[in-house]
Amino acid sequence: MNTSPAMLHPELLAADDPHAIVREGRRLDHAEAASKPLRSRPEPQPRGAKVHGNRPIDQAEAAARFIAAPEHEKMHDERLWDLRQKRDREMHDIAEWEELRSLASAIKEHTLTHIDEYLEQFEANARSNGIHVHWARDAAEHNRTVHSILNDHGAKSLIKSKSMLTEECGFRPYMASVGIDVIETDLGERIQQLDNEDPSHVVVPAVHKLRTDVAEVFARTIGTDPANSDVHYLAEAQREATRPLILAADAGMTGCNFAVAETGTFVVCTNEGNADLSANVPKLHIASIGIEKIIPRLEHLAVFVRLLSRSALGSPVTQYTSHFRGPRDGGEMHIVLVDNGRSERLGLEEFWTSLKCIRCGACMNTCPVYRRSGGLSYGATYSGPIGLIIDPTFNQSKYSNLPFSSTLNGSCSNVCPVKINIHEQIYAWRRVLVEHHETPFAKRAEMKAAGELLSRPAAYRAAIAAANVALAHLPRWVIYNGLNAWGRHREAPQPPKQTFHSWYQANRGEKK
Amino acid sequence: MSSRDDILASIRANLPRVDRPLPAVPLFDDSSPASLLAAFKDNLHRMGGMFLDPPASGDILTPVRAKIAGAKIVCSTVAEIAGNRDIAGVSKPQDLADVDFAIVRAAFAVAETGSVLLSDANLRVNAVAYLAQHLIVLLDPTDVVLNLHHAYRRSEFRDRHCASFHTGPSATADIEGVLIHGAQGVRSLSVLPLARAASTATH
Repeated sequence: MNTSPAMLHPELLAADDPHAIVREGRRLDHAEAASKPLRSRPEPQPRGAKVHGNRPIDQAEAAARFIAAPEHEKMHDERLWDLRQKRDREMHDIAEWEELRSLASAIKEHTLTHIDEYLEQFEANARSNGIHVHWARDAAEHNRTVHSILNDHGAKSLIKSKSMLTEECGFRPYMASVGIDVIETDLGERIQQLDNEDPSHVVVPAVHKLRTDVAEVFARTIGTDPANSDVHYLAEAQREATRPLILAADAGMTGCNFAVAETGTFVVCTNEGNADLSANVPKLHIASIGIEKIIPRLEHLAVFVRLLSRSALGSPVTQYTSHFRGPRDGGEMHIVLVDNGRSERLGLEEFWTSLKCIRCGACMNTCPVYRRSGGLSYGATYSGPIGLIIDPTFNQSKYSNLPFSSTLNGSCSNVCPVKINIHEQIYAWRRVLVEHHETPFAKRAEMKAAGELLSRPAAYRAAIAAANVALAHLPRWVIYNGLNAWGRHREAPQPPKQTFHSWYQANRGEKK
Repeated sequence: MSSRDDILASIRANLPRVDRPLPAVPLFDDSSPASLLAAFKDNLHRMGGMFLDPPASGDILTPVRAKIAGAKIVCSTVAEIAGNRDIAGVSKPQDLADVDFAIVRAAFAVAETGSVLLSDANLRVNAVAYLAQHLIVLLDPTDVVLNLHHAYRRSEFRDRHCASFHTGPSATADIEGVLIHGAQGVRSLSVLPLARAASTATH
């Protein structure tokens, strides 16, 4: 049954779907499943942004290459829009949805403004339950700490579930450099690891790939038939290839979605059960936890668990929501609490509320720029709207272009389950970056001129009237030149016959 | 200074100086479905799980016996039905890798989401619920709470070292949104409503 018929690219709708899972006449679309059958045609996969050290990432350049691959672009656009529509369906099912969002925002803001106390409470409770608690100032200390725990146990192989924090820390490259074999156990993340690519989305890491891309990666790495891109075949082949590695691993690692101060519990949400395998099969379980994951009490956890998967995937809950409060009999449990710039971000008056983020990806699914350019075009750990406001805190120069990759339509803020004013922060970052001279010359010159104009109403009105006349009469090359990025892929709007101000004066203004 | 002290000092230097009180969270239970078990069943189905309707008469475990009839290895942690792999004899989780069916009892279920809570007390060896190919869960029909707000008031979250909501089977749609059951964990999850024997009640 199609619950959300509106499609962006109707040509992707498949006539039949022999592999759909149907129960009692209902097509199942839980987890990150599409609500309708989608088909694409094979096409070489466009790759992500070109990264040159600390030089500014050119998101638009990578986005242009993604758009030039229409099968990828359409499937990406459609799948993420489908997740957004599933999210809306869930939202309408819950009368208290907006109240939950307000509660989530208030709980997070309270916790962040008392986070020192809650971290100490969490630590004390986790310790009393038998968990070893470590603290890491930055990515390097996190990686060294985990390495040292592994060394203490003579561990050489590590199975892990997906964690954006470990991506942020460059964990896999570090572990490779010290001879530890890391095996990602989430299907999407495993695909990305085998293809030597970063995740392109916080929840669905391989969403930018087509089934034929996955078939190519698996044929090259785990020996599947390169001509077979049947999704059930590919998923089963991966399960069979990964299971022996899970059984033989010396240690397991997970991230954390929420850490509850009053009980010392950390909570991990997955659809595959791979975090539970990582936590419960090897003797040693290590969890990496960003300090902003803390919430005060179990009663608050209910609010976030109700919002997380509904916002992310339009599914009422993840298949697994696991609560770890202490080691199992005969096992050992370690937690690494990681700062890596978070405490400094708390001090940024305009940006500290970005720490409320629960990494659901709803802002990415709804963003027209993200959907059409792919997460790897951002060249950063965090992509999409939330990435635009977090990435510059890690490196203002390298990510100086990112806050400009937005239409500022505000949809991201409207779907955010913790009510981060994402689009306002994007705008504020533009100002900060211009003030810090982190923007390219053309953009700076335009904005300087615009700033002077906007500060003088009379000059602004004269300029708008002139611009409207100019837009109507100037030759194309003047409007669509290299200095105007907006003209590169779109037509400038038809100029209005009359400015709003002159209309207002004529119709509603003081009669003179 | 230790990293811990450094981080706490940096936090204290940067704490936003704004007043943000901690809100009270309501239970959101003004309207409740006529039958919590029926609501649980419907949501379980949506999430890919199966609800085993008990037969009108005769052996209530018939649907479970039918499921495991062709299985080589069955590991049961419940008194109601025996398997052929004794969980008490399992010395390490890896010993459970060849289990076809695991049979366990849920601590309770959540109507809102179709979830069952399995704690380390229910599983004995946690990995059994993830390494088995299929999972069968016994649920006392009186052990269903309305929503997650009620669920998090349960004692398991304060008493147990590990407790996990299972909502349907292991699932993925990481490749082109195509739904797969049995990504890494169990390929199916079935729930049979069956009252606890008085002696096995855990609360």
